[in-house]
Amino acid sequence: MAVQTVATSGSPTVDLGPAAALSCRECGHRVPLGPVFACEECFGPLEIAYDFSAYDTEELRKRIEDGPANIWRYAPLLPVPADVADKPNINPGWTKLVKADNLARELGVTGGLYVKDDSGNPTHSFKDRVVAQALEAARAFGFTTLSCSSTGNLAGAVGAAAARAGLRSCVFIPHDLEQGKVVMAAVYGGELVGIEGNYDDVNRFCSELIGDPAGEGWGFVNVNLRPYYAEGSKTLAYEICEQLGWRLPDQIVVPIASGSQLTKIDKGLQELIGLGLVEDKPYKIFGAQAEGCSPVSTAFKAGHDVVRPQKPNTIAKSLAIGNPADGPYVLDIARRTGGAVEDVTDEQVVAAIKLLARTEGIFAETAGGVTVGVTRKLIESGALDPAKTTVVLNTGDGLKTLDAVAGTGLTATIRPTLDSFREAGLA
Amino acid sequence: MSVTVRIPTILRTYTGGQAEVAAEGTTLAEVIEDLEKNHTGIAARVLDDQGKLRRFVNVYVNDDDVRFEQGLATVTPDGAGVSIIPAVAGGC
Repeated sequence: MAVQTVATSGSPTVDLGPAAALSCRECGHRVPLGPVFACEECFGPLEIAYDFSAYDTEELRKRIEDGPANIWRYAPLLPVPADVADKPNINPGWTKLVKADNLARELGVTGGLYVKDDSGNPTHSFKDRVVAQALEAARAFGFTTLSCSSTGNLAGAVGAAAARAGLRSCVFIPHDLEQGKVVMAAVYGGELVGIEGNYDDVNRFCSELIGDPAGEGWGFVNVNLRPYYAEGSKTLAYEICEQLGWRLPDQIVVPIASGSQLTKIDKGLQELIGLGLVEDKPYKIFGAQAEGCSPVSTAFKAGHDVVRPQKPNTIAKSLAIGNPADGPYVLDIARRTGGAVEDVTDEQVVAAIKLLARTEGIFAETAGGVTVGVTRKLIESGALDPAKTTVVLNTGDGLKTLDAVAGTGLTATIRPTLDSFREAGLA
Repeated sequence: MSVTVRIPTILRTYTGGQAEVAAEGTTLAEVIEDLEKNHTGIAARVLDDQGKLRRFVNVYVNDDDVRFEQGLATVTPDGAGVSIIPAVAGGC
């Protein structure tokens, strides 16, 4: 039996399962569970501290394996009430872990290459995982409006989750987002507001709104509910390991926007090790950015432990966060695990989208092009070992970013005759 | 130079619950010094032990993130709006 005990302070007044308190990642200051996200002492990020002390490893494993085919199979490890699966929500997760043998051959990977394809979620991106957590926190704290700042994918996930839960949604996006993402967010019927500015401007606006009476009763999934929301990314780590037969991968390539997803995947892996659900062995986490918004990879390569903000200019808009909140922690994790943070050009992103589609039949959004492109670059540089088991994340559906591959089209146009078919060299 | 400073919720214990306060100073450093005079303890929340802006604090003078400007030396024109915002927001 292996257990993980987290000492707690504060007095939770809400039922969010094993979540015991909020703890500052920077200075360790603890506060009771509530809709707060930044430490009152040092402004550091608050995150969930759990009490897993009651769990028996094999009982927990069976409980998970007997659970529903969505993220709620991991409810005992998440900040959600035990009856979460019975409430109206969009039940994301348990997406395919595709063994990508064709891509592996192209890239020269011999140790096993997998694509965790999160385009299979209800609104076609991994954001459904995190929003599902935030929705439970919103219910627990009595919020009536669900909101967020979004680069597009999150807007759709919030709209859908709010619709299912019967809550109002009002989300804020940069005014110049890809049309596909605007439609995919607007269709759920909530309010969708374009802000004249980039994502960082939208984020700043939401941060100010939350401190204003106009924002009262609003649960911003990635602001005042962020500690709960971010935990949803742990489920990627849980699923990858369970789908590999309760085994840690050797290497994982994760896209970086704010960096939260990467830090929570690391947290999830550490929890599985602590609980005895997987063998304790080394793993490496690699971060992937687009060159046009690469504040974390720039800092990594320069050996810095702080991240200097950048003004984004890339087609990978879902990753276009110039001032990434969790950037410093990404640097810590990449260095601690022996991984790296790398970036690719927009041209390499497009080439990687096409490579993944051509080899595995997976149409990734630009963020998936970033991870596949970075994987190729890391193999070529020797940073990523092709003889090790490697998992690459695709966090969204290519249908959301059709503009990126707009030049892709017909092979030929022919008359409806066999002669014309032969003349075109198609026989 | 007189400026208006927007105070985030987690610092309002220092301003008696006020979301906006007035402060004086020709640079951000001077504005924070003046804030400290009237709201004792607030500077230590915004600045680290070396007197630099904490890494999880974003400060804007009007629409400009001071990290893209001159940091604490950023000029604060008369009538400017200064916003102090927790950096740990957004994204995923």
